[in-house]
Amino acid sequence: MDFLAQYPLFTALLALVGLAALFGALLGYAAEQFRTEGNPVADEINKLLPQTQCGQCGYPGCRPYAEAIANGEAINKCPPGGAAGIQALATLLDVEPIPLDEDHGAAKNAPAVAFIREEECIGCTKCILACPVDAILGAAKQMHTVISDLCTGCDLCVEPCPVDCIDMISQPESVQTWRWQLPDPVSRRVDIIVTDSVHNAGSRDRAA
Amino acid sequence: MRKTFGFHGGIHLPANKHQSVRTPITAAGIPPELILPLSQHRGAPASPVVTVGERVLKGQLIAAARGVVSVPVHASTSGTIHAIEERLIAHPSGHLAPCIVIATDGQDEWIAHSGTPDYQALDKADLINLIRNAGIAGMGGAGFPSAVKLSVKPDTHIATLIINGTECEPYITADDMLMRECAAHIIEGVKILHHIIAPDETLIGVEDNKPQALAALLDAAQGTGIEIVAVPTRYPSGGEPQLIEILTGKQVPSGGLPSQIGVLCQNIASTVAVFEAVVLGRPLLSRVTTVTGDSVREPQNFRVLIGTPLRYLLEKAGYEAEQNNRLIMGGPMMGCTVPDASVPIVKTTNCLLAPTASELPTPPPAQACIRCGMCAEACPASLLPQQLFWFAQGKEFDKLEHHNLFDCIECGACSYVCPSHIPLVQYYRAAKADILQLRRDHEKAEHSRLRFEARQRRLERAEAEKEAKRAARKQAAEQRAQTAGEEDPIQAAIARANAKKAAQQSNAGTDSALDTWEKAVVTTHTRLATATAKLDEALAQGSDLVEALQGGVDKTRAKLAAAEQALHDYHRSYRAASAGTPPVDAARAALAKAMAARALEAALGPADKARADLEKLQQRLRKAEDMLVQNRINGDEPKVIEALELTIVRLTGKISAAQQQLNTAEDA
Repeated sequence: MDFLAQYPLFTALLALVGLAALFGALLGYAAEQFRTEGNPVADEINKLLPQTQCGQCGYPGCRPYAEAIANGEAINKCPPGGAAGIQALATLLDVEPIPLDEDHGAAKNAPAVAFIREEECIGCTKCILACPVDAILGAAKQMHTVISDLCTGCDLCVEPCPVDCIDMISQPESVQTWRWQLPDPVSRRVDIIVTDSVHNAGSRDRAA
Repeated sequence: MRKTFGFHGGIHLPANKHQSVRTPITAAGIPPELILPLSQHRGAPASPVVTVGERVLKGQLIAAARGVVSVPVHASTSGTIHAIEERLIAHPSGHLAPCIVIATDGQDEWIAHSGTPDYQALDKADLINLIRNAGIAGMGGAGFPSAVKLSVKPDTHIATLIINGTECEPYITADDMLMRECAAHIIEGVKILHHIIAPDETLIGVEDNKPQALAALLDAAQGTGIEIVAVPTRYPSGGEPQLIEILTGKQVPSGGLPSQIGVLCQNIASTVAVFEAVVLGRPLLSRVTTVTGDSVREPQNFRVLIGTPLRYLLEKAGYEAEQNNRLIMGGPMMGCTVPDASVPIVKTTNCLLAPTASELPTPPPAQACIRCGMCAEACPASLLPQQLFWFAQGKEFDKLEHHNLFDCIECGACSYVCPSHIPLVQYYRAAKADILQLRRDHEKAEHSRLRFEARQRRLERAEAEKEAKRAARKQAAEQRAQTAGEEDPIQAAIARANAKKAAQQSNAGTDSALDTWEKAVVTTHTRLATATAKLDEALAQGSDLVEALQGGVDKTRAKLAAAEQALHDYHRSYRAASAGTPPVDAARAALAKAMAARALEAALGPADKARADLEKLQQRLRKAEDMLVQNRINGDEPKVIEALELTIVRLTGKISAAQQQLNTAEDA
């Protein structure tokens, strides 16, 4: 006691060491108790990816790419997601949206689904093994077919087919799939002065 | 008189209803061709149950409902199925849709049908089933299947049943005329709905600009407990949430359903259809449609068969095509422009508007939003249309949803009041469609993700199982090796084989050759016996192994013959040997002779060697020639003679070769 009274510096040191030990223990406990399983950032990113599982990004599926993005991979390697997907990722990660990396394929306009020309199928099951979402039905030496509702249009079954009987068919628009489009912005262009309009210019020439 | 409430916004529009109420409802008659789209409503399209060329009667089911939110389609009149194909329908997309086309026969022959006038005896579910099977979909606008709407969850209590007779949109008078002429049927239909729903109160809301309809309904509803309420004329009082607010003062929660506040709405035209379906047993085959606009000479209401092409109806009303600038199905505010007059009337077509260019001019080009706020004042859903407009332009879907875009009823009041003529509703429709598409995409992505992860897990599991099996096999092998450490089966087998061999060798040295041959004969005999038995069995069963077995038997027989021959030879040689010199000495002598010959040969030079070869060959040739001559004399088989001739030729060749070799050797 006398020693501490004589050297107040040690009192302070002791107090600080004590506090450090206490908070260290608290933090250690919290780290164990409130541990989050998995990578929450990758989960969030994975939710924004289109889940076609096509592997065009160079990763075996959307989840691995999401994890790679979480570890600093570029966000513009997903052609099925397109510009909208990159925008969403940029918003989530608070980075600048960058244009799609065309090395990984161009964005497609119409969604396509695989179709097996059944009379040509030899029943080799190679496409079934390739399908990342189990959307192809069939057995060895039996004809295979694609469940079009489940097909993500990833193209992965086309290459393994030894008889090249798989086509990617884009869905034609029907009454059920048609949707309203934003009004044509051109129609909102207004002729403010007479010379803006070609038609008006012509009539003025005639008048002259 | 019941107290009515107001709703936010709304606009007063020129009604333009007087043109089409001058004459009573006229039957439009039977057109030569009826086009019945398989999808005339929200939900899944119906699936056809008739084939091309089949004759159908009026009221016959031609397409069955598929799923819960779907309604069946019936033949509106008798005739034959002309085609089941894609036809142009009234849809803003201008796409073709599957339709059943009936070539009518003009006989209007009904299929056998019977109603149930004492419907009170029926169960609630049976009544709803009757309504579903009659193909009744909301006849006001959206065309939601009535049966689905009436199937209220059992835990929901409907306090107020509202029948919507407001008909607030300009030009349309179909419901007005129906109320004037069929008030009794309407009240009967309402009674059926009242019986199904069992609400505390039943109200029929009618705008106060239809005094004749109000009077007719009041008259018919005397003593039924159904209350007829006149609501102030203001567009869009006929919107479902708006009418509910006017009559009850309660607001439908955002994104919710009226049943959440204990209200259920039905269209007034649907009540007549319900009456006909339940009491008369007739499915929904016709409806009242207003044909109006300045380009028809006689605007009026028609009772028209579902599927009638617009052109047929327009001609009945005195259509002047050259004056018309566009055809609108529905009213001027919420209707859609149809691409062509060949499209058919469907269950939701309450009006066909054929205006002139001066009557409904093409809207001028849109100008910039000036943020005047008139749209927000007009909006009956208390939304902020200008904000929604900005967000829709920027495709900011989160903000659109946050600003309750989906509460928009697309009434067009905002576009109507907009001084800049911005087609606001089109922006909202596009944004809604985009959001719905996004939701569907997201749902599909979620589904794909789950399937992908399930597959991933399955592959991992399969790999783990394989690994486990491999490990188990390895362990089992190790265990066997350990237990057999003292007594390895392979080593034991080798030892056994060695012992056997040694025993045989030790015997072979002595006079056991005889034993060996005798043993061989005996074992071959037993083998032949078993092989023959197997062959017989196979023959009896007709097995395809017969050939193989036959081959086996033949081979064994040959072996047996060889073994017997060997035994016989042995006996003979043994006897000969025992008579003369012992065989061992004879062999030694032969060996010595051969060695001497070899030594002599080695001592010879190449020329001598060649000469010796030549001599040997010439000797062989002579022998062969002798044999040939003898054979010819004996008259032996030609085959043998041929072979001998061939040998002579070969030997002659060899002799000449040897001669040459000798020459070269001598030269050297």
